[in-house]
Order: sequence, then C-alpha cells, then structure tokens
Amino acid sequence: MDLESLRRGIRKNLVFFVLSILFSILALSLDMFNPRIVQEIIDGVIIGGRMEDLSRLLLFLSIITLSRVLLGYGRGYFMDLGGSALASDIRVDLLKHLQTLPLSFFDQINTGELMSRIKEDIDNVWFTFGFALMFFVEQVFYFIIAGIILFGINRELTLLIVLLLPIIGYIAYKLEVRIDKVYGEISDQGVRLNTTAQEDIAGIRVVKSFGRERHEIEKFFRENHRNYELNVKQAKTLASYGPWMDFLTNISIAIAITIGGLFVIRETMSVGTLVAFSTYVSMLVWPMRMLGWLINALSQCRASLKKIDRFFKEKPEREVIGNPVMLKEIRGNVSFRDVSFKYKDEYVLKNINFELKEGKTLAIMGTTGSGKTTLINLIGRFYEPWEGEILLDGVDIKNISLEVLRSAISYVPQDVFLFSDTVLENIRLGSQVPEEEIIKALETARAYNFVMNLPEGLDTIVGERGLGLSGGQKQRLSIARALVRRARILILDDVTSSLDMETEHYVQRAIEKHYGDFTKIIIAHRVSAVKNADEIIILENGEIVERGTHQELLALRGRYFDIYQEQYGKYILDFEEEMV
Amino acid sequence: MPYSLREDEKLEEKVNIDIIKRLLKYLKPYKKEVAIVLLLVGIVMAVELANPYFLKITIDRYIKDKDTRGLISIGVLLLILNLVSALCARARIIRMSSVTNRILLDIRQDLYNHIQRLSLSFFDERPVGKILARVIGDVNSLHNLFTMSITNLIPDIAMIIATSVIMFSLNAKLALVALSTLPVLVITLFSIQIISRKRWQVVRKKNSTLNAFTHENFSGIRVIKYFTAERYRFNIFNELAWDLRSAFVRAVRINDLFWPMVDFSWGLGTVITFYFGVRMINSGNITVGLLVAFTNYIAMFWRPITDLSNLFNNLVTSMASAERIFEILDINPQIIERDNAIDVEIKGGVEFRNVSFSYDGEKKVLDNVSFKVNPGEKVALVGHTGAGKTTIINLICRFYDAQEGEVLIDGINIKDIKLECLRRQIGVMLQDTFLFSGSILDNIKYGRLDANDEEVVQIARWVYAHSFISSLEKGYDTDIRERGLRLSTGQRQLVSLARTLIADPKILILDEATASVDTSTERLLQKGISKLLEGRTAFIIAHRLSTIQSSDKILVVENGKIVEMGKHDELMEKKGIYYTMFMSQFRYWEDKEKNLVS
Repeated sequence: MDLESLRRGIRKNLVFFVLSILFSILALSLDMFNPRIVQEIIDGVIIGGRMEDLSRLLLFLSIITLSRVLLGYGRGYFMDLGGSALASDIRVDLLKHLQTLPLSFFDQINTGELMSRIKEDIDNVWFTFGFALMFFVEQVFYFIIAGIILFGINRELTLLIVLLLPIIGYIAYKLEVRIDKVYGEISDQGVRLNTTAQEDIAGIRVVKSFGRERHEIEKFFRENHRNYELNVKQAKTLASYGPWMDFLTNISIAIAITIGGLFVIRETMSVGTLVAFSTYVSMLVWPMRMLGWLINALSQCRASLKKIDRFFKEKPEREVIGNPVMLKEIRGNVSFRDVSFKYKDEYVLKNINFELKEGKTLAIMGTTGSGKTTLINLIGRFYEPWEGEILLDGVDIKNISLEVLRSAISYVPQDVFLFSDTVLENIRLGSQVPEEEIIKALETARAYNFVMNLPEGLDTIVGERGLGLSGGQKQRLSIARALVRRARILILDDVTSSLDMETEHYVQRAIEKHYGDFTKIIIAHRVSAVKNADEIIILENGEIVERGTHQELLALRGRYFDIYQEQYGKYILDFEEEMV
Repeated sequence: MPYSLREDEKLEEKVNIDIIKRLLKYLKPYKKEVAIVLLLVGIVMAVELANPYFLKITIDRYIKDKDTRGLISIGVLLLILNLVSALCARARIIRMSSVTNRILLDIRQDLYNHIQRLSLSFFDERPVGKILARVIGDVNSLHNLFTMSITNLIPDIAMIIATSVIMFSLNAKLALVALSTLPVLVITLFSIQIISRKRWQVVRKKNSTLNAFTHENFSGIRVIKYFTAERYRFNIFNELAWDLRSAFVRAVRINDLFWPMVDFSWGLGTVITFYFGVRMINSGNITVGLLVAFTNYIAMFWRPITDLSNLFNNLVTSMASAERIFEILDINPQIIERDNAIDVEIKGGVEFRNVSFSYDGEKKVLDNVSFKVNPGEKVALVGHTGAGKTTIINLICRFYDAQEGEVLIDGINIKDIKLECLRRQIGVMLQDTFLFSGSILDNIKYGRLDANDEEVVQIARWVYAHSFISSLEKGYDTDIRERGLRLSTGQRQLVSLARTLIADPKILILDEATASVDTSTERLLQKGISKLLEGRTAFIIAHRLSTIQSSDKILVVENGKIVEMGKHDELMEKKGIYYTMFMSQFRYWEDKEKNLVS
C-alpha cells in the first residue's frame, strides 16, 4: 500500500501529532506520581505523624493536577486538530482524484460505494490517527511504567497479577473479534433495511398503483425482524464476555489487596504502599481491557486504507494520447473513420464512418441498445474507440487535450440531471456566462416563461432538494444548459421524448434560428426531429444500415420508410405522395 | 423550504414532555421486564459500591488486628460477590437488549406501516432521502435514547444518590468537604455542554451538507464531465470540507475542556479531602481505611456526573428524532377506505361528474370536468404539459380524492370500492418507469405475485420484450440493479408494460408509456396493442399521433377543462384546438399545403 495522500497528510500535520503525543506522555508521567504521594501521605503523615510534610505533599498533588489539566487539554485539542486536518486533506485529495477518472469507472460502481469510501473509510482513518493511535501509545506507556513501578514495590505480588493479565487481554480480544463479526452483519443488514425502504419509497407510485402496500410491509418486516435478531445477538455476545472482563478486573484488585494485606500483617509492606499498589494494579489492568478494542480499530483502519488506496490507484483519463496538437480555433468538423468500440468482447459499434461538416446536422436513429449513445460519447473521449479514429477539424481527438476537446462540445444527455442548486447555477455550472446569453438559451429551450413564473425566478432552487419540476421542464433546462456554453458542437441525445409535439417543434426551430451555425448531432426516435438533418444514419446492432437525407431514405423504402409510415400514418403519407 | 446544497438544512432540537410521555407508552407492555432489568442493575451497583467498603474494613479491621483468616475470608467474599455481579450484569445486558430492540422493532414497523398508508401528496412533498432518514436514522437514534435511559440515566442517578448517602453516613463532615468542588464542576460541565452543543449542531449540519453534495456529485458525474465542471464542483467541495473542519475545530475547542475540567475538580477534591481527612484522623474522628474508601467513593461519584452531562447532549438529539418520528405518525392519510367499502368485479366504465380538483387548495388543476367512458373503450388524453391529463389519471386510481364532484366506476362511487380491489383492477404505466432491484422475472411478477414463469414469458412476448430479455446473459434472471440502470429507458418501459399487463387489469392507463421505446419496437407493439387492449378500457396519454388517431374517443384537455371530445375525424373536421395541435406536427408541409389549396 503506498498511500501518498496519507503520508502527505501526516507530514503536513505532523506538528499537531507530535505535540499531542508529547503532551500526553508528560501528563501520564505526572500521573504516575499520584499513588506515590498518596502512599507518602498515609505512611509518612498519618502513620508516621510527620504533619509538617502534608502541605508540601498536597501542594505537589495540586501542581500535578493543574499541569495534567493543561497538558490534557493540549493533548486533546492538538489531536483533534491533526486528525480533522488529516481526514479533510485525504477527502479532498480523493474527490479530486475521483473526478479525473473515466466514465467507465463510474459505470461499474454505484454511488453508495463511492460514498462509503469518502465518508466511512476516511472517518475510520481519522478515528485511528486522531484517537486510537494516540490512545495506543498512551496505553503502552501506561502499562510499561505501571509494570516497572509495581515490580519495584513487590515482585511476587506483581508476578501474580501479571498472570491474570493475559486472560483479560485474551477475553477482550475475543470479544472484539466476535462483536466485530456481528457488527459487520448488522451493518450489512442495515444496508438491506435501508435499500428495502428506499426502493419502496422511491417506487411508491408503482406500489400504490398495484395495491402492493401489504406486500411491501411484509418485505420490510422480514428485514426489520432480522435486524432485531442481529441486535439481540450482538447483545448476547457482549454479555458473554463483558461481565467476565469486569469480574477479572475487580478480582485482580481484590487479590492484590488480600495478598498485599497479608504482607502488611507480616509487616513486609506498609499500608500506604498497599493502597498505592492497588492503584497501580488498576493502571496495569486497564490497557489490557482496551487491547481488543485497539487491535480492532487498527485493523479496521488498515482495511479502510486498502479500500481507499484501490481508488487512488485507478488510472485517470489521459489528457492527451500521443503528440499534443494545439487547435487555435475549433470549427466543428467531425469525422469518424472505421471506428469500432467493444464492451466486454462484444462489438457495440462497428466500422462507423461519417463526415460531418461544420454547421451541418447529423441525425442518428436506431433501436434501443444499437449504440447511439456510445457513439456520441466517443466524440468527447468519454470512452476511447477500440479501432479507427475520430477527427475534429482534421486532428485526431487523441491529440487534443481533454479540456479543449470537451469545451468544444455541448451535450444534452438522455437522462436529465439537475443539481440541488438554483436554476441559474444549474445552467451556468461554474462557467461565466452573460445574462443575455442565459435568457436567449432559456427562450430557445422554451423555458423562459416557466422559469420566470417560479417563486424566485432564476434563483429558485431545483433538483432533489428543491422545487419539483416536471420531466419536460427539467428537459428544457437541460437544453438551455447546453446552449449557453456556445460550444461549436451540440449533441442532443433523445431530448425531445418528454416534450410534447408543439414544444418539440418550437425548440427545434428556435435552435435552428439562434444556433444554426453549430454542428449538431441529434439522436431521436421521431421522424419529425430528424427529417431536416443533412444526413440521417440508422444504426442497428452497432452498424450503419441506412444513411441519407429524409427524401433519399424515403425513396429507399427501407427501415426509415417503415418508421415514417408508422409515425405519420396513412393519412399524411397519401398526402405527401400526392405532393411528390 | 427548498435549499441548495451550498447551504445547510435547518435543525431544531429541544426537550418536550409530551414526547417523553409518548415514548414511555412504548415501554408499557414491557413493564415487568424493565423492572427486572432495573433490579439487576441495582445488584451490580450494590456490589460495585460494596468494594471500597470492604477495602475500608480490610485496612481498618483485619490488617490492623492482624487477622489473617478474616482477611482471606473477606477476599473470598469479594470473589463471590463479584461473581454474582458478573452473572447479573450478563442477564441484564441480554434482557435489556431484547426489550429495547423489541420496542425499536415496533416503532419502526409502526412508522413504516403508517407511511405506506399515506397519500401520494406526502411523497410528492418530500424527497426519498428525507423519509428514509426518519425510518432508519431517527429510529436508530431512538435506540440510543432507550438504551441510554435504562442502562445509564437511571443507574447514574441511583449511583449519585447511593454514593452520597454512603459518604454522608460514613462521615458527614468529610463528605461535605469531599463534595465541595461539586457545584463549580456541575456548572462548568453543563455550560461546556450547552455551548458545545450548538457548535456540534453546526458540525452535523455541515457534515450532512458535505455528504449530500458528494452524493450528488457522483450521481451527476456524467453532467459534470460533459460540461467539464470538475474544477467548479471541486472548489465547492473544497470549501464545504473546509467549513466542516472549521466547525469541528470550533466545537472541540470548547468540548476538549470537558475532561480536563473533570480531572481538575476531581484532583482538587482529592487534595481537599486529604487536607481535612488527615487532620480528622489525627484528632481520632476517622480511620485510615475510611479515608482510603472515601477517595474511592469520590471517584465513583464523579463518573456518573460526567456521564450525565454527556448524556444530556445525546438525549436532546434523540428527542429531536423522536419528535420527527411522531410528526409523521401524526399525519393522517388523505385517502381513507370507508368501513362499508365493497369488493367489486370491475367492468371498466368510468365517469367523471363535475369533478374539480386542486393539489394545493388554491390553484384548480381540474375545473368541473365531466365525461363518460364505456367499458372497453380506448380513450386518448391530449393536451399540453400541465393541462391536467395526469391529474385525471390520478383521480381514476384514487391517488387523490376530488374536492368537488364524483368519480364513478361502473356507476359506483370510487370511494365505496375497497382501495386494494380498485387498484388491483386498474393497471397504470407511468411516464417515469420505476423498476425494483432484483431479476426481470421478479419485476414482471410484481404485477401479479402468483404468476408462474410461463405466464411471464407469454406476457413478455406480447409486449415484444422477450427477444431482448432472452438475449441477455442471464435472461429473465438478469439483475436489474437499482433503478434499472443496465437497461435502456425503452427496455425499462417494456418491462414495466409487461408488469402492468400481467395483472390483467380491466382499466389500463398508459401515461407516455412507450415514449422512449424505439420506433421499430413501438411499431411491433402497435400491431399487438389491439390484442393487449382487448376487453379493457384504456386511457392513453401519448404524443404520437398514430396512437391517438386510432382511439375511440379523444379528450382534449386545456387549463383543467375538457375543451373538445370526440373521434379523430370529428375533431379534425371541427378545426378547433385538436386540429391545430395535430397540424403543428406537420408544419413542415404546412406551407406546401397552403400552396396546394390555393
């Protein structure tokens, strides 16, 4: 594992961690004097009758307390500073890296998994470096010092106590292992519970329209009940180890006092020493009880780091493949030369060829799954073609930097996605666009009127957390978003299917009027959307099976003709034949 | 209140007596169990309290008197007592967890069942995530509330009382001295908690904002990449991450004072106790053993105090969760089945009589709509987006109740029919196809849970989904994944159509059902559609003319009213709104038509 990001983060925040450890060790060292002073008070002052020592000893005790308080605050605060900075740094690094990954990475992974990396796993790292590791250092220190002091006080008694320690440690470890397993099951079950509820709520219309409420309730009850069982199982596991740990802890102190008492009776030990001894014993036992917890925290952190590292090792998109070519001005000529694309050994696109001159329109039709969306994704190098080459203004797009290439293209994707932000921000997406451009785009997409009627106009918040918009309204914003960029190439992926005929027609003509000089690629199912294109290609199983203009394709009496006939019906066909 | 992800959601937390009362109700059925748990807690506590006392006896009596046998017997006694305590603790943990988890099971199920009964308007107003947070997060947080109250709150209070009683009965003067730092500490701790609570709230808000933002970032990664908005999004993320960190640091700056303050008062208390204690020993008022026992009791006394002030925060947070849960439980479902509702075999006649409807009680979406459809008729609903087509459909399914007028099915008021009976016989295919995760087979079977595999294949053939399904690697067992991501929109629509049809509905509603199905499949579908529609009343919202043209009746909806009604030819002749809409699709030819006519 080479977690560059983790190492950098630690190095950057090292001062916090070092200070925290330093303070912690100082505080602990002072802590060790406490039982000694109490012993001195009992043996020297109370039993020995040296009253004059009391004030001095109590002053010591007060100074120790005060310094420990200050050191303790510093330790905690610096630890929190270091831990939170480290987590924040890694998180920012991770997101930055993830954004550079190709779409193929996101195709294979669901958002939930990404979220748990960026959230839970990094929180684990935070917890470990900001808390557990520090705790570990402290406990080791505690254990060693208390052990040494105990040995110094009474060797036999210490040996006896030390014999109990491995048992406590073992039980603690065992508990953690078992609990961890149950905990894993609980968290898996939590995910199932969550998914079950989420699906039901997201699909509530389907549920209700089939009257399946009872079915859903039963489904949820099964998961809910399993969740209950696992939680009880967890408690049982806890119950079978926890109390015994407490028992051994209390007993080890009781043994120390009983046997120590015997020493005192035989006068080989003083009463003060006995009291101090019992305090040191509890200092010795405590780290043992935490052993299992610590091991568990560290191994969880390791696992999280591994998962995070896997993401960091994913290869980002390549900025330029081959020799970079600087394009002064992009005109918008697109050509495909024998382009093929494979997905898992299966051809999605095969030998695609076309020449699209600047300002012209290419329309693509085809059955679902025929490769239309893949084709347009190749133009922005969201996927790399398997064979053949794609040229932009005569330059292989491999040689054009991603940023230049992509800023030359505006996509209106099939699935509309709006961020939970204002209409304005959703359209601008961070780019600086003058207001009149935005208004023009909104008007072209026939969105201006409804946007202005929103409670706060352009500043109305939309998206998941904002105002609900209809499918058609979202679609129109998505079109406006693409138009404001004034990129030379405009790609519309089946955008008009959620618009009614009249709106579709309006938008089409408006785009033609205001953005007519753009090169356009249109994917559509409706003849009305493609008939004005300069070339129409029909894809089937990744291959071009028909191509030509509207008139040419009609004359061909092939697939396009069938589609046309189906959509316009006999009525208009007769009508047009009359005309021809 | 809508809000963007660059701002935080508002959170309010306060303690409310009514909520505590309602929560206690859930404990009622388990009164006996709770009593046993409390008893067990008491025993464990008693042993814990006895330990220092035995230490005192050991030092003062047996060691002083050099009584070896007594010393050993007290050691054995301690061993036995602690063994009993361990057994009690074990029993307590198990019993407690079964009670609290049982309550949780009940509350969660109650909440879920209740949500299922709520009307669609409830879901329209809230994003899925928010409802989910109630069912999962808030109920979990209640778990903490119950567990903490029983295992911590009650024992802690008991512990404080018990230790102070013991200390005062051992030696009232020394007890007063030992506890002299208490008032200062309590005030300090609670003020730390109160200040830091507000700051932790900010941290939580910042955290949830950051999470929501990140989540959206990945759901919308395509848009981000298409529009090269990576840097823009990253800058916002960076800012949010920084905000979270600053909020955290602000919170811990206060919060980290907590333990040092405890440490301080404890240490100071010990110093004072020794100062006076030693003098009291000298004057013969107390023994050495008592002083040692006392220092132990002080430790026992502090722990619950710190626990309590920690608990305070958690309690307030959990209380807010409880409040949110009850808020949902208090919402009444708008669609209520009448007690005398009947089961009927629907034939398919639908009638609207002077129906008016509004979602918000202000803007009328349907205004005095009346129409009658005979069983078996095919009806096309035509109109602009927002004209009220989908609302008509929502009323037929009784997702909402009309404010005025009535909706009748086969002459029976829809409100007199059992909801499940009604919806079972109406098949709706929505514009926005939603498929459940799981196999294609299971998804189609959702329409009729007892359908067998052959029936599923048969239906899939009818809707022309069979060929693409069988071309998939695992055929009908292909996992659809969340929201059907692996299938194209058109394929999803076909699966959803199969799901609707397998239920063999008497009334079929297709809301833009095949908008994304490609034309050649659609063409096939059209050929088979007459077979699919046979013997069913059908309501169709479609933009494609071929679908509309062939229907028995066309309802033209505009601004919540039915403005035209009739067959295609009739409406074309009328040259009204329908005519205009129809012709707009052919504007390409319009000019030529004019030329031709002239």
